[in-house]
Order: sequence, then structure tokens, then C-alpha cells
Amino acid sequence: MWTSILIAVAVLLALAVIFGGLLGFAAERFKVEGNPLIQQIDSLLPQTQCGQCGFPGCRPYAESIANGDAINRCPPGGETTIKALADLLDIEPLPLDAEHGVEQEKRVAVIREDECIGCTKCIQACPVDAILGAAKQMHTVIESECTGCDLCVDPCPVDCIDMVTLQPDIRAWTWTPPKPTIIATDRTPPERTGVSA
Amino acid sequence: MTQLWDFSGGIHPAENKDLSTTRPIEKSSLPEQLILPLQQHIGAPAEACVSVGEKVLKGQVIATVSGAIGVPVHAPTSGTIEAVSMLPVPHPSGMNDWCIVLAPDGVDEWAEREAIADYRSLDRDTVLERIREYGIAGMGGAGFPTNIKLRPPKDRKVSTLILNGAECEPYITADDMAMRECADEIVSGLRIMAWILRAERCVIAIEDNKPEAIEAVKKATANTQTEVVVIPTRYPSGGEKQLIQILTGMEVPSDGIPADIGVICQNTGTAIAVSRAIHQGEPLISRITTITGRAVSNPGTYDVLLGTPVAHLLSQAGLDSWQLHRLILGGPMMGYTLETPGVPVIKTTNCVIAATAEELPAPPPEQPCIRCGMCAEACPMELLPQQLFWHSKAGELEKAEHLNLFDCIECGACSYVCPSSIPLVQYYRAAKGEIRIQQAEYLKSDRARERFEARQVRLDREQQEKEQRRRERAKAATEAQAKKQTEAEETGAQGQPSSDRAAKSAQVQEALARKKAKTEHADAAAAATKADARPTDS
Repeated sequence: MWTSILIAVAVLLALAVIFGGLLGFAAERFKVEGNPLIQQIDSLLPQTQCGQCGFPGCRPYAESIANGDAINRCPPGGETTIKALADLLDIEPLPLDAEHGVEQEKRVAVIREDECIGCTKCIQACPVDAILGAAKQMHTVIESECTGCDLCVDPCPVDCIDMVTLQPDIRAWTWTPPKPTIIATDRTPPERTGVSA
Repeated sequence: MTQLWDFSGGIHPAENKDLSTTRPIEKSSLPEQLILPLQQHIGAPAEACVSVGEKVLKGQVIATVSGAIGVPVHAPTSGTIEAVSMLPVPHPSGMNDWCIVLAPDGVDEWAEREAIADYRSLDRDTVLERIREYGIAGMGGAGFPTNIKLRPPKDRKVSTLILNGAECEPYITADDMAMRECADEIVSGLRIMAWILRAERCVIAIEDNKPEAIEAVKKATANTQTEVVVIPTRYPSGGEKQLIQILTGMEVPSDGIPADIGVICQNTGTAIAVSRAIHQGEPLISRITTITGRAVSNPGTYDVLLGTPVAHLLSQAGLDSWQLHRLILGGPMMGYTLETPGVPVIKTTNCVIAATAEELPAPPPEQPCIRCGMCAEACPMELLPQQLFWHSKAGELEKAEHLNLFDCIECGACSYVCPSSIPLVQYYRAAKGEIRIQQAEYLKSDRARERFEARQVRLDREQQEKEQRRRERAKAATEAQAKKQTEAEETGAQGQPSSDRAAKSAQVQEALARKKAKTEHADAAAAATKADARPTDS
């Protein structure tokens, strides 16, 4: 009887050693760098890098959300981002915190080029390097890279940067879903018989 | 007899083709203005290469394309460039786009035309380049540049070339009439394309509701290897994927192109354009378009210069504007309502329908889905229209995509059979658009993140380099100091300063002592007298 107990113990020990080794190997081999949640949150944020949330960029805000901060501080993302974040984190969506700004239509910065003095201040402010220029040369915004973050407007000493709302473009146009219509029985107004009650 | 296969689903809507086939193709009169959109094809829009006020000849290039995908635009007649401006273009959005406005001078003077006598002696790429330079884009509806379609990926061997003369959509008779009257040109265009592709099999597919066209094409292809295949009439047999399935029994893979299974499909109108470009040296400046519907008294098929406003064609066909209820560009199944008749005919415009209220009444209100499943039976792509509808409506785009939303060809068969009159295709189109927007935004935010991170890295590096330089400077300074000190110590220890160095340092010492004495003296004087006037040194 003792032998069978010993065999069982030995077998279990051997199994424990094998699987422990396997798990240990897997933990080393497939180690995840950083917090994957932060990555996921960061990928939902709009990456405007505008800092309206109070953090210096989208990633720091993602880190802060992962640590339990409020999810409603991103005005460029607006309702959609809040909803996506709420879905991801399985919490209730909150209305956008007006303290950090309001949701606006997509905009891009445009430099009025003949007024630009070439001070490079906006270039230094741009978080995504979307402004092209050199000292004492005219600057211009690369429209396709501009995130509309607003950060270049304040540093400009001659106020020659405008934030322009993007106009609808025929090439970016898409179909809209059908409008919810009246139900079938409402189609024709009830016939008036002409006889007054 | 060629073997035919079947595709699933499909419908039989009322054809209404006899409206516009009663008389031969009529040449449309010259309008006062031709409006030529810079984008009449898929790809990059062309760029105007003429200036306002310039005189141009018929067939002259007025807009060129620099990108890989795109074809130039040519002047359809001689005249003066009046403007290059934003004008309404034929597009479902009803928005404006850049157009060149040409005022014809009525002379219709050709620029130099250069026909190729023997294209077979040329390089295939030269012929393809000519097809591009002569502005040819698919004339069936999508407008994909023909030269690109005729140059399949290197690893794909195209064995079958199909000329699509099915024209399955109701009302449209442009291809039908073209086949009746220009069968020879169609066959010669087909031959050129077959030569470019080295195709082994050439098929011209025509629906069996066009007996005259079948006869004409059979006559033109007599004694050649080209097969004329008569296919049963069923919408949407003229859809590229459906037609390939009917003729070869093969399905175009999802996300794939027909060349993946060794097939290429071209429209009959495109064949005419290719033939004219090679044999006559004429660029694509006109097309055959059907003007039909019961609101015009004289419906028919017209040979129209590109850029002719739809309003001009309608007045030629005798439009009764009291009767007009809806103006549709394209067919009743896949076309869209025009907001203004001022838009021009472009390379892809095959039909304009001026419909009366009885003909195409406003769609009845949408009712709830009763899960009858008729849409799934009608779907030629074997999708699940009901599920796609639920997911599209609920905004569950991932699920819709998972059910192959992007394989939907938007033929409208499901909406046609829906007893609850749900505009299903409209939901799918909206969902597709939403997915495309999301993807674009995702890409853009990804790029913004990359750029932001790259900038962060750069700033850090610059900071580090600065720090490094500062440290190096500090180190150099301390080293220099230490060196000096050791030198001084060495000289002190040796007690044999070189004579001039000693003299110099003695001088310095002396000067310092003098200065010290002077200040001390001045201070003492100031302290002693406390005079009002400060002592001034001269």
C-alpha cells in the first residue's frame, strides 16, 4: 500500500516539475512587454496628441485610464471614443467632461503663408511634426498629417494660423443610412369624408 | 454549344427595353457647352493642362494624369475653354467637382489623328500606353482604367477574355444598340484586347432578350474563333462575377479579381473605344447612351459627346417636364437619382431614365423585417442579406464585415424582392461607407501615433546629445584645469622657470600689487574724507 502511495506522489511530483518547467518557459518565452490594456486603450484614443485631457499626449492618458482615471476627458474623440472605452473597460459611459473642451468637427491648421515670419515656434509646438519650414522661411502645414490639435495656434506670435473645419469632399463621401420613415399605416393621411361632425 | 453554368438567386424585373430600341442610334446635336469632369474614372483625378480662353481642337488632351491609375481627358469637339471650375457632376452625392467647360465653335476640327496600321508589330506595352493616353476607362459603369485591367499581375495567366454584352439591367439599351450597329468595331476591339492578353478563349456573352444584337455579332464573328454565347435573361447576369460564373463555372474569390482565376471581363463599349483608338487614332470623346423613360416622348439611344449636359439630351428626346417624377442616371436597379439635369454625360454614363410617377413611384415606407428569407434566395452572391441588414442597422459593423458585407455587389435584388420594402442596399452601402471611414481614421491615428512617438524619440535624443555635449565640455574644462595645475606644480617643484615665463609672472604679480595698493589707497581716502564728491580716477 505504501508503495502505491509513493508511486502516486512521485508521479504527481514528476508532473508538477514538468508542467512547472513548461509554465516557467512559457512565461519567459511569451512574456508580454508592458501593460497590454494600455495598448488597447491607446489604440482607441484619436491620437491627436492635443493634451486637452490634461496629459502630455494620448499614451499618458491611456496609462492614466488604465490606472482608473475617468474616460470622458477626450474632446476630439467625443462620444464615440467614450463609448468604445466604456465597452473595452466594461464600465458605464459618461458624458464628455466639458471642463476639458467640447467635441468639434474635424479641423486642420492652415498657415496664412504671406503673414508667416518664419519663427519656427509652431514647428516646435506640433506634436506630430506636421509643420514644415525653417528659421526665417515660410512655414506650411502638411494637411494629411495634421491632427487638428490646436497646439500651434497659441505659440504663433503673429496669429497667422487658422483652424479650418474640413469641407465635405466628393471623394470621401459615403452613403448615409436610410432615414427612419413613418410606418406603413401612416402613409396616406386618413381620408376626410368632408362631412363635419 | 458552349456549356453554361448557373448562378444562385437573381430576379426578373420588367425589362422596358423596347422603349429605346425602336429606332437606330441617333447622333446627338451639339450643345452650347460641354462640361468635362476631371475625374471620370477610378483613380486619381486628371489635372487640367489648358488655360481659360485657349482654343482646342477635337481630340486634343485637355487634362492629364500623373499618377499610375488614371486616364487623361480629351476635348470632344473643337472650341474654346470657357472655365475650369467646380460644377455638379454625375455622382450619387450630388456634390460639385472640378470640371473643364468647353464652348464648341461648331467647326468640329480634328487635331492630328494617328492610326496604328499594324498594332501586332508593336510592343504590347506601347499599345497599352496608347489605350491609356487615349483616355479609355471601363464604360460599363465603374470606369476602371482599361490599360490597367488589361495588364494583369505577372503571376496570373489570363486565358479567357469575356466581352460583356449581357446588359441585364432594365431600360438600358446602349450595349444592345451598339452591338446591333457597331458589331465590327466591337469584334476588332476584342481582337486587340485578346492580342494584348494572349487570351486563348474569347467570348461575347449576350442575354437572349437581344436577338438582333446576337445576330449582328454572330455575323461579325463568322469564321473566327470568337464564341458568341447566348445566356438566359436574368438580373444580374451582367454582373462581372455572375457572368464569369455562367460562362466558366468558376467563382471570383472574395477580395480577389477575375484575373485570379484567369478571366478578364470587358464591356462592349470599351471594345469600341479601343478599336477606335488603335485603328482610327480617335481618343474616347463620345459614347452611346440611352435616354429613356415614359416622361420623354422620343426615347432612344444616342451617340453622345462626353460632357453633353443631360438636360440637353432630355430636351432632344422630348422631355415632358410635367410628367417627370424622377431622373435616374444608370439603370433603375443600381442607378441613382440625379438632383439636377445640368450634370454632363461622362465615360461611364450608359443610361438616363426620365421616369413618370406611375413608372417609378416613390418607394413605399419601410416595414419591419418578417424574416421571410426572400432576400437570401434572390442574392446572387449567396450572402445573408437579412443578417447583414440587422448588423448594418444596429451598427455592428464587425459582424457585418464578418458576413462578407464587402462581397455585396449592390445589385438591389434583395431590396426588389423584399415584401417589407426595406431599402436593404442602402443600409449596406451606408455600412460599407462607415467601415471605410473607420479604417481611414484608424490608419490616420496610427500614423499620428507613429509620428508622435518618433518625435518623442527625436526630442529625447536631442536632449541626451545636448547633455552629452555639456558633460564633454565640462570634462574638457576640468582636464585643462588639472593640466595647468600639474604644470604649475611641476614648474614650482623644479624651481627652474624658464626666464621669459618668470619675467611675465613677475610682471603680473607686480601689476596686481599695484592695483591692490591703488584700490586700498582709494578706499582709505574715501573712508577718511567722506567727501561729497566721489574721488575720481582719471
